[in-house]
Amino acid sequence: MTAVINVPPSLDDKTFEHVLEQLVAAPPDEKLLVDARHTRWASPYGLTALLTLAQTRGERPGFIAPEADETASYWARTGFFKHAEELFELTGHVPRARGGDSDVLLEITPVAKSDDVHEVVGRIQQKAQAILVKELNIDAKATMGFAMTLSEACQNIVEHAGRGGWVAVQTYKWQRRLGRRVVVIAVCDAGVGFRQSLESAHGRRLDERWGDGRALEEAVLRGVSRFHDPGRGQGLAGVRRYIGRWQGKLSVRSGTARIAIVPSWDEDVPLEEKLPPFPGAQIQITIPERLEEK
Amino acid sequence: MINHIDLTGVLRRTVCDLYSDLVTRPTGAAVRDGIEKQLADLGDRSLTVIDFSHVRLLDYSCADEIVAKLLMRYAAADEASPPPRDAYFLFRGVKDSHLDAIEAVLERHGLAIVAEIDGGDVILVGTVLDEERRVWEALCRLGRLTAIELSRASGIDGVEAERVLERLLHRRLAMRLEQSYVAVGAAQ
Repeated sequence: MTAVINVPPSLDDKTFEHVLEQLVAAPPDEKLLVDARHTRWASPYGLTALLTLAQTRGERPGFIAPEADETASYWARTGFFKHAEELFELTGHVPRARGGDSDVLLEITPVAKSDDVHEVVGRIQQKAQAILVKELNIDAKATMGFAMTLSEACQNIVEHAGRGGWVAVQTYKWQRRLGRRVVVIAVCDAGVGFRQSLESAHGRRLDERWGDGRALEEAVLRGVSRFHDPGRGQGLAGVRRYIGRWQGKLSVRSGTARIAIVPSWDEDVPLEEKLPPFPGAQIQITIPERLEEK
Repeated sequence: MINHIDLTGVLRRTVCDLYSDLVTRPTGAAVRDGIEKQLADLGDRSLTVIDFSHVRLLDYSCADEIVAKLLMRYAAADEASPPPRDAYFLFRGVKDSHLDAIEAVLERHGLAIVAEIDGGDVILVGTVLDEERRVWEALCRLGRLTAIELSRASGIDGVEAERVLERLLHRRLAMRLEQSYVAVGAAQ
């Protein structure tokens, strides 16, 4: 028996929850067919999360590519199909990637080890500077902080996930929600997740409130890590400092919970619990275009 | 004698000759190990300039491994785990983008360093008490002095001056030369 999972027309961190709701009824070893025929747009989070979804399945899922040429071409330029063909049985028209898209700051890139992080930050710096300064009106000095943020988010996979994940960075105009351009970093993995990572710390006491939500609060808000080394846990704290400085947004989903550092321009909730379960950790960082100060 | 360690050189020798960014914990640990090996060749007492001039990017994890953990072996040492040698450090070529990560990791561990920033100014970075900063700045301004000389020249109480100078020694922010003290960074 094959369970059909319908991908929403617009796939982002919010609508990916509809994908996960459909997964609840499908045991991990059940064959899936992920149907993206009617999908017209996907954020970097949506695309990396789809790849992550395939990693969680016992049997290689089927995948139907978007019917709209423009959408499929864009997904090809992000590198999605290049990785998807390793994880899914692809059906439908799959275009070949053609270069030249300036919206893709960093195409979808696998992250499993320290060398991958070097490659990611090495590739992004020059292009990030041009985008941050010219399109997002952010100080050139912010470029290094952006690369640091990207580095620390990727290291979450290397240090804690226990298996490889994905990173992607794109810029686009967020017309409906913000009316401004944004640059978005998505880092997704299907590893052990925050709760299990913190539980692995020897001698950790767990109270009745313990769960995915509490684990996210500990790690993201308080800088707690599974390591006893007091220097650990600074990476996400650094990410929080950076997004605070540039009125950005950070959201982290792990297990059945999702935590967000919510800027004034957004109406997200700080903590959501009892979401459909999904392994690993999925991080999204959004930096908006800076408005001219009057 | 003042020794010089170029961090980009250590990075390329110890990790990969194509890299110029100091990112990730394993990279930071390998670079710190490379620094320690060079320090071991310098004898019991040394002042080492650790040069960030050619470092493009430094992230928090790498700053923690290279700056904080290196310093902890010397400045956070006690009788149970004495420092491996009498080593002092001046961090040169530190840019604003490096300072973000360096300040964060030093404050996390309650440490401080002397950094030469763009333009050549020498500053204290990290967790520093007001009295420590006042005495260190007086030493920088006045040069090599005994505690009594420092007290006379700056108006800081003699007992207080000696107590703070000893703390600066322990924190690797000042060096003792016979009966006198000199601020790390003042002799550059």
